[in-house]
Amino acid sequence: MTREEIIQPENLVYKKPALLNDVPMHYCPGCSHGMVHKLIAEIIEEMGMEEKTIGVCPVGCAVFAYKYVDIDWQEAAHGRAPAVATAVKRLWPNHLVFTYQGDGDLACIGTGETIHALNRGENIVVIFINNAIYGMTGGQMAPTTLIGQKTATCPYGREVKLHGWPLKITEIAATLDGTCYVTRQAVHNVAAIKKAKKAIRKAFENSLAGKGSSLVEIVSTCNSGWKLSPEKSNQWMEENMFNFYKLGDLKDE
Amino acid sequence: MAKFKGATVVDTERCKGCNLCVVACPLDVLALTAKSVNQKGYPYAQEVKEDTCNGCASCATVCPDGCITVYRKKAE
Repeated sequence: MTREEIIQPENLVYKKPALLNDVPMHYCPGCSHGMVHKLIAEIIEEMGMEEKTIGVCPVGCAVFAYKYVDIDWQEAAHGRAPAVATAVKRLWPNHLVFTYQGDGDLACIGTGETIHALNRGENIVVIFINNAIYGMTGGQMAPTTLIGQKTATCPYGREVKLHGWPLKITEIAATLDGTCYVTRQAVHNVAAIKKAKKAIRKAFENSLAGKGSSLVEIVSTCNSGWKLSPEKSNQWMEENMFNFYKLGDLKDE
Repeated sequence: MAKFKGATVVDTERCKGCNLCVVACPLDVLALTAKSVNQKGYPYAQEVKEDTCNGCASCATVCPDGCITVYRKKAE
């Protein structure tokens, strides 16, 4: 069998989802953001919600998410995405509304908005990309930075005495009455990606069913900020991040 | 057991040479180019083993930029 015989439309098993357009992504090579964008595009396509989905962009690396996924987007001020999503969802109750936020956006400046939107039980989905660092601004310490992890602003490693403990926002969200589904996933290998896809889809379906708010945390890599290769970043994440940020469903009602 | 033959098509201009597909491939079909680069200056992924790919699509699943298209056909 020749290569030409295999490369035929009827033999296609995987291609980039059509919702993810051809604009080259500005993310660093191997960044988890691209992976999560692709999953979101795939899920919206599979659900047939292309015309009825509104995403809310954060401030951070994913600030340009609106350029890459062909759905309606709204840009929010730093950390205020869940507040904006609340308004969007209340005005468009039949639409699928989600926010896409990093750890600096969601767990630092936007902690108040995030917790209150989740606690009110708004029917929105919060997708939380946790890479334990401020990627966009040059790798500074974030609230989620691990103890001992070196960043630009804690070059000798994070110390509890000086910087406090890393913030587990997903565990906090799981204790709130307004949330219906809180989970922590990763996208470092094929099995994890499939699980993460199922989790995001479930969160989207819950929000459309009006069950309450959902939080999907994706433990991610930032190979530029961590100063490792994409492959080594995944290893570092498995060895260090997963011990502190344990994967799995925290709440499923 | 039915045998499958696969083929990958890499969008070499979109590829950023992150190497994740090379790590994900269970049959070591893919590798980054050693000498040539694309217009952005990145080495890109390409098939280096002929007739080995079984079209499992692991490479395309892990590709953060969606550069890889996978085809699979049952071998007679």
